[in-house]
Amino acid sequence: MRMAREPVKKIEISHLTVSYGSRPVLRDLSLDVNRGEIFGIIGPAQSGKTTLLKTLNRTIDLIPGAAVRGSVRIDGAEVSTMKNVNALRRRIGMVFPLPVGLPMSIYNNVAFAPRMSGIQQRARLDEIVERSLRQAALWDEVKDRIYSLGTRLSGGQQQRLTIARALSHEPEILCLDEFSIAIDPITTMRIEDVLRELKSRMTIVLVTNLVQQARRLADRTAFILNGNLVEADRTDVIFSDNPGRRETYDFVHGLFG
Amino acid sequence: MNQVDFGETPFVREKMRSELLAKGVFMLMALTMVLPLLTIVGYLIVKAWPILSLDFLLQNPTSRMREGGIWAPLLGTIYLVCISLLVAAPVGVLAAVYLNEYAKDNWFTRIVNLAVVNLAGVPSIVHALFGLGAFVLFAGIGRSILAASLTLAIMTLPVIIASTKEALASVPMAFREACWNVGASRWQTIRAVVLPNSISGILTGLILQVSRAAGETAPIMFTGAVFFKALRDGGILGYSLFDQCMALSMHLFTISTQVPDVPEALPYATAVVLLGLVLAVNGISIAFRVFLRARKKW
Amino acid sequence: MNWRRLESKLEPITESVIRVCGISAIIFVFGIFFFVFREGAGFLFDGLNLWEFFTSTEWYPTSVSHKRYGALALIAGTASVTILAMVIAVPFGLGAAVFISEFCSPRLRETLKIVIELLAAIPSVVWGFIGLTVMNQLIIHVFHAPVGLTVLNAGIILALMSEPIIVSIGEDALKAVPDSYREAALALGATRWQLIYRALLPAAKNGLLAAVLLGIGRAIGETMAVLMATGHAVKIPTSLLDSARTLTATIAAELGEAPVRSDHYQVLFIIGVLLFAITFVVNLCADLVIKGIRNR
Repeated sequence: MRMAREPVKKIEISHLTVSYGSRPVLRDLSLDVNRGEIFGIIGPAQSGKTTLLKTLNRTIDLIPGAAVRGSVRIDGAEVSTMKNVNALRRRIGMVFPLPVGLPMSIYNNVAFAPRMSGIQQRARLDEIVERSLRQAALWDEVKDRIYSLGTRLSGGQQQRLTIARALSHEPEILCLDEFSIAIDPITTMRIEDVLRELKSRMTIVLVTNLVQQARRLADRTAFILNGNLVEADRTDVIFSDNPGRRETYDFVHGLFG
Repeated sequence: MNQVDFGETPFVREKMRSELLAKGVFMLMALTMVLPLLTIVGYLIVKAWPILSLDFLLQNPTSRMREGGIWAPLLGTIYLVCISLLVAAPVGVLAAVYLNEYAKDNWFTRIVNLAVVNLAGVPSIVHALFGLGAFVLFAGIGRSILAASLTLAIMTLPVIIASTKEALASVPMAFREACWNVGASRWQTIRAVVLPNSISGILTGLILQVSRAAGETAPIMFTGAVFFKALRDGGILGYSLFDQCMALSMHLFTISTQVPDVPEALPYATAVVLLGLVLAVNGISIAFRVFLRARKKW
Repeated sequence: MNWRRLESKLEPITESVIRVCGISAIIFVFGIFFFVFREGAGFLFDGLNLWEFFTSTEWYPTSVSHKRYGALALIAGTASVTILAMVIAVPFGLGAAVFISEFCSPRLRETLKIVIELLAAIPSVVWGFIGLTVMNQLIIHVFHAPVGLTVLNAGIILALMSEPIIVSIGEDALKAVPDSYREAALALGATRWQLIYRALLPAAKNGLLAAVLLGIGRAIGETMAVLMATGHAVKIPTSLLDSARTLTATIAAELGEAPVRSDHYQVLFIIGVLLFAITFVVNLCADLVIKGIRNR
């Protein structure tokens, strides 16, 4: 019999309220993400899911007029008061809906973050590039043309390149924001396999519009509607016939979108 | 089967006629710009033909500007252009970086942009007065290549700022966001991704600056360019920074207005050389732009 | 040598340098005003009769016994040359802009835009030379005038010089009008004429006005071309075939002879301040007009 261990909290969000100017986007949101789990976030468009991710790595700072109140803690340390924002961003990997290949070689795309953080020796960079591309399930396809332009890859390859870039600085948390919107189903499945594999090494926050994707991958799932947290629980509970809230049931079963 | 006949009714004919008329009128208006240019350039070349030669470019003016070539003025123009470019380029490019990458969207930024537009609109003679008051007199540099170049640099700054801003703005925001999300700082992103991918636009702006600086007369008239100045030696190092100098634009002005009994072809030839220089530089910039558009990396 | 570490440490300095360069335009605009004003301030506050300056046509700065600094004739010179230039350049320039924007094939458009760029690149001293030689002869022959260096000469030259600005900004303004306007007008059965006259021009009027204002600014500030193309008569021109002197040409022609810091010298700087103020206001208006579009 296995002793259930108390889950360690990786991310603790408490009474988070974010507004763009006078328009509130997240209202008094509180939730926790445990270390080593895949945490799914579902909800209709414009619910504030992307804003939540931006608050995590403080790219919300770059949006003029954005006001953040409340607390976001990673491993107990408050994010908004961290002095070295770039170091924080390197602890978190971000993957956005539209694949973005930087206009440089595939090698340089993946070596970009390590280089910016000070790593210069060729051997170490080679090792990081290969490791990241393998983790993103892209190595075999590009290993023979690693110096060709990253922007010339297909959409699905570019998205995996983005993931490789996100993994290149060995983040503790990997956030994906509707990563499969612009890519084909086969690549989506490959990436989902990648995520299952990465779970052992990091905490994953998966924002998705495809509720079935959350069902497949997430250990726990949160449902966010209009900036409010409706419910957060184990995935099997969320997708059961008796989730905690009526809205959850309606959304999950496609009664509104 | 019935066939519907969309033949030419008087109404349709009327519309076509008016359409053609409109096109014709406006085309004529456009041509009034093109034709004068062509005829004038042709006329200048014809009048200049007797004197145009390589010797003309490489010899110095003699006999009080009535004979000889235009080497000293040509050299002077090259000095002025190079030094003003050296000063204006870093300031202009970094100013554009500030405006496009750092400046927030508030009233202060609007004032800065207004200042750039106003700087571009200052009359050239007022730039000359400024150069005289600030560099020649106040800073004590005296009339010299240095003072004239600094005046030219400030005058041509808006050209570099405008082209660089456009080049920077053409780099998609998504690239910057991708860099910030992996922990690169703002400056690192600019240096590693934004600037390298704006080089073509920046170079276009620099080339434009060169052509403007080469053609200006008023700003250098009272700050360092003179009617006659003997070169120190025959080669490239004919002037020093604190010398006054001759310049092609100034030379054209003086031999067509101040010197009597100049053989007719001489000022025409000078005009043709100056015009050719400026148009060639602009042509390079245009060709460069077209060439680079085909090699875009995204 | 770890370059990245060094770069990170120096980053605050780099960003400060960038900020300073960023506001350099403001510094220079103020600087220009300051230094030009400074050279003329002495005489402006102590000696210059401003009323006479703006209303008298007697400009005798070098006379020994009868020094007068009446700039009215010079202002009239600038005004007449500018107005003539705009009367020619605005209709032709806007017409060309309409042609390029509405009637051109893309290939022809590229070519014409290149031609306009080259036209805009011609140095003002070359234009002045053209006025001095080609235009001069032309006017003498066509109008049987005694002298060809006249208001007409400078007006035509200035028109050719200002057209590129009017055309390129005007074309931008027309391009900014959404296609839906054009489609709606054509669907209602409008001819091209009507489409342009009744739909496009009114819709683009802010941008077109800005184009004209910038053209005016260019014409007022032009120095070398008018210096060489008009004569040197300091009097209010009464016909197109009169000679005239502009404010800009006066400075260029007389500064070399005026002893430093003398009254004459200072008055020329004061004219410089006047020119700066006029072009500043014109540019400000153009900017406000353009912002007017943004606020709609």
